[in-house]
This record gives sequence, structure tokens and C-alpha cells, in this order.
Amino acid sequence: MFETLHGIWQVFPEGLRLVIIILLKIVAILVPLMLCVAYLTFAERKIIGYIQARIGPNRVGPRGWLQPIADVCKLLLKEITIPSGANRFLFLLAPILAIAPAFAAWAVIPFDDVKVLSNINAGLLYILALTSLGIYGVIIAGWASNSKYAFLGSMRSAAQIVSYEIAMGFALVGVLMAARSLNLQDIVLAQQGNVLHWFWLPLLPLFVVYFVSGVAETNRAPFDVAEGESEIVAGFHVEYAGMTFAIFFLAEYANMILISILASVFFLGGWLSPLEGLPASLFEVPIMGTLLGPGMHWLFLKTSIFLFLFIWLRATFPRYRYDQIMRLGWKVFIPITILWLVVIGVLIMAAVPPWFN
Amino acid sequence: MQAIKNYLKSLLLWELIQGLRVTGRHLFRRKITVQYPEEKTPLSPRFRGLHALRRYPNGEERCIACKLCEAVCPAVAITIESEEREDGTRRTTRYDIDLTKCIFCGFCEESCPVDSIVETRIFEYHGEARGDLLMTKERLLEVGDLMEQEIAKDRAADAMYR
Repeated sequence: MFETLHGIWQVFPEGLRLVIIILLKIVAILVPLMLCVAYLTFAERKIIGYIQARIGPNRVGPRGWLQPIADVCKLLLKEITIPSGANRFLFLLAPILAIAPAFAAWAVIPFDDVKVLSNINAGLLYILALTSLGIYGVIIAGWASNSKYAFLGSMRSAAQIVSYEIAMGFALVGVLMAARSLNLQDIVLAQQGNVLHWFWLPLLPLFVVYFVSGVAETNRAPFDVAEGESEIVAGFHVEYAGMTFAIFFLAEYANMILISILASVFFLGGWLSPLEGLPASLFEVPIMGTLLGPGMHWLFLKTSIFLFLFIWLRATFPRYRYDQIMRLGWKVFIPITILWLVVIGVLIMAAVPPWFN
Repeated sequence: MQAIKNYLKSLLLWELIQGLRVTGRHLFRRKITVQYPEEKTPLSPRFRGLHALRRYPNGEERCIACKLCEAVCPAVAITIESEEREDGTRRTTRYDIDLTKCIFCGFCEESCPVDSIVETRIFEYHGEARGDLLMTKERLLEVGDLMEQEIAKDRAADAMYR
């Protein structure tokens, strides 16, 4: 059985085999990601419910666990409407443009010391490029809908994302200065040591700026003026229904997870264990050792902390006024990041332990 | 001095952290959701739900077609037509309440001199066609016959305040 399979496998030409393996890897990343997105929406509704002293969805399946499945079924079966004044091609292209970068960015995320789809050297640049590409989906959606609400929403979101992109970029410049590399795997490895060796401590202001910019970048509350249901209905995706809407939804949540996982890679040591530095004999215990040692589970744990923070922020803060968003982005975050870049420069020149020696 | 203090406060996200603390505490608070079909909130004896027409214990309908309820109804949801019966009393031939118009203010009940038209505690009713929400005299009497015990008890409980 195994040998026949192996024989069939050998028949394929070398290049095709590589393509198949890469495709399988992509599936192995994207399918769990989609499931995470589905259950993130569930977690969000539950947590916000709990914060508001409600129970949240609990009717579909045991304790509401099948709620996201039901939501997906509903969205799949709904009609996709295209407004008569809309540009059909762009209207349908926009959701694809929104989701493609949100998924593509996952290619360079190091899940483990070996598990990374493509360990490219310019990983950080690639991430910056792709996270800014997502805005095209939003702009085109707003434009193609031929609706003033959608148009206003996309304009707001464009200006907002462009402004916060800069602060975010500067925050990442700090990371690359500290790690002396653009490769995400190297950035993680540069943080080796225990909790205090991670970059969150020397880069604390950049860490905060990065996360808040990430919240703004994904158009999440309190920066969700692009959707602002009290003013412009639902912003750029008013005219979308059914699966086209679901794709925007998917992109937003995939971006949320991406920002969270990046924050843990850049500032909280990615897949590194916080317990490193303890006596080595502890990590040789059969099961506990693997759990305590570095691995994917630590990355997921750190990511879920950030995801919880996303939801917590949404449950706590009212929406920012638009000019305040701009003020925060341009007049607060950018000066702070630039200032802290100088501080990092000094720290590196002085070779301050334990990070820069 | 104050300016510097405020500046530092906003820079360190002090107030935002306080807000997060409040919501964080609420995360673990007891949940107040009433899971409706299984759990229900208590209803007051003054609850104003579906209407009913009552009868006297001997089976005679109370309504004397004075049309006070029709006159007082702010939503003009009540329509009454009346006639003299063979025994010389005046009774309604038609008593309709259009529930799609009714605002459940309870004025009809208050205006009724013989406690005939009342509002019961029933609130879980529905109609599948528009006509289903047009309560006719027969249907109102039917509700009254069905709920008489509860109606009488609620009126008795509220009697001292009327």
C-alpha cells in the first residue's frame, strides 16, 4: 500500500511534487485559520456578552458551539445582490482583494523553528507590503458599490489605514533594529532567553503603538469609523450580501489574527517558551518537557491573549471621533515611535544587556 | 504642573486602563440573562396583554355596549355595534379589537363600568395572517372564558388601588 503510493509519488516530476507539497502546506495553514476565524466570531460574541452581563449565543448546539457553523450556512445560502449602479467586475473583485493579502501574509509566519511556509529574508517587508495591500479591497468595494455610504466608509478607512501604516512601519523598524534582521524566524531567535529577553521590554512604547495601530489597521473598534453604523450604516460593505459580505468579514478577522500573531512574533518571542532559562533537566520530562519547551502552543497562547485584548477593547471603548483618530496617528504615534528609535539606537550603541549585547 | 500630570496620564493610557478594568470586572459578574422560553420574568397583576371579554357567573356577558372603550381608545382599535335584545337589554352584536392598531394602553379596561373588557397576562400570541390579529367578539369571549380564574384573581389583587 505504502509502496504503491510512494511509486505513484515518484512518477510526478520534481517540480510538480514541490508544487503539491507547497499547496498542501497552504491548506494546512488556511483551513485551521478559517476555523479560527469562525470560532473567533463566536468568542467575540460570547466575551462581549459576558462583559455586558449577558450569556451570548447558547442555542445552536451544546452551549452554542455550533453557532459559527450555522452562521456560515446562512451566509452561504443567502443571495448575492449586486446594485444596479455598481460596477460588476470591481464589485466582485473587491472582496477577493481584501481577503488575498490577509491570507498571503501568513506565508512568512514562523509557527515553529521549522514550520514556516517560506522563510524569506525580507519577511518583515513582505508583511508590511501585504498588510497595506488589504486597503485596496476596501477602497474598491466603496467605489464599486456606487453608494455614498460605502464611498464615505472607504474614504475614511483609506485615510486611516494610510496614517497608521506609518506608525506601524516605524514600530517595526524598531523591531528590525533590535533583531538586526528582516527575517521573521531570526527576529524570534533574537529574543531567545526568558520573558525578560523578549522585545516587549526594550520596545515597550513601540509594542503599544504597534498593537494600537494594528487595531486601527484592521478597522476594529474603537477605530471602526470605516463601518460606523450610527453614521454611515455599515461603511464600505453596505451593499454586500451573502458570501461577498462573508469574505469581507473573513478578511477582517483573518487580519485580526494576523496582527495578533505578528505582535507575539515581534514582541513576545513568537514560539519561544517563557520558561527558557530554567534548569535543562525540566525540559527532558517526557510530556511536560515538550509543553514547557518552545513550540507552536506558546505562539497560539500569546496570539489568543492579543485576540482577547482586541475583543476587550471593542467591548470597552466608544468609537473615536475621526479627527481624533488622525491626531492620534500623526501627532502622537509617529513622534513617539521616532523618539523611541533614537532611544533604541542609543541602547544598541551602549550594548545594553540582555538584549543588545 | 497639572498640565504635565494630564499629559503623562494620557500618554500612559491611564483612563483607558481604568475603563478596561471596569469591563474586565464585569466579565466575571453574574449574568442577568433570562433564557426566555425556559425561564420567565414574573408578571404583575396589572400586566396588559391580550384582551378578553368577561361574563357574569351566570353566563351572561358583562358588556352593555356603552361604547366608552370605543370612545377612549387612542388608537381607534375598537369597533362596536349594538342592538336591543328580546329581553329589552342592550348588548353588542359586534365587538372587534384590531390588535395591529392596539397600543395596549389599558384605557378600555379603565373606562369599562362593568369590568367587561380586560387585558389578560397573555402576551405569547401570534397571527399567521393579518386577520388573525383582528379579535372578534366570539374570540374575546373565548379568551375571557378560558382565563376567567386568573382575570378574577388579578382584579381582586388590584381592587384596593382602584
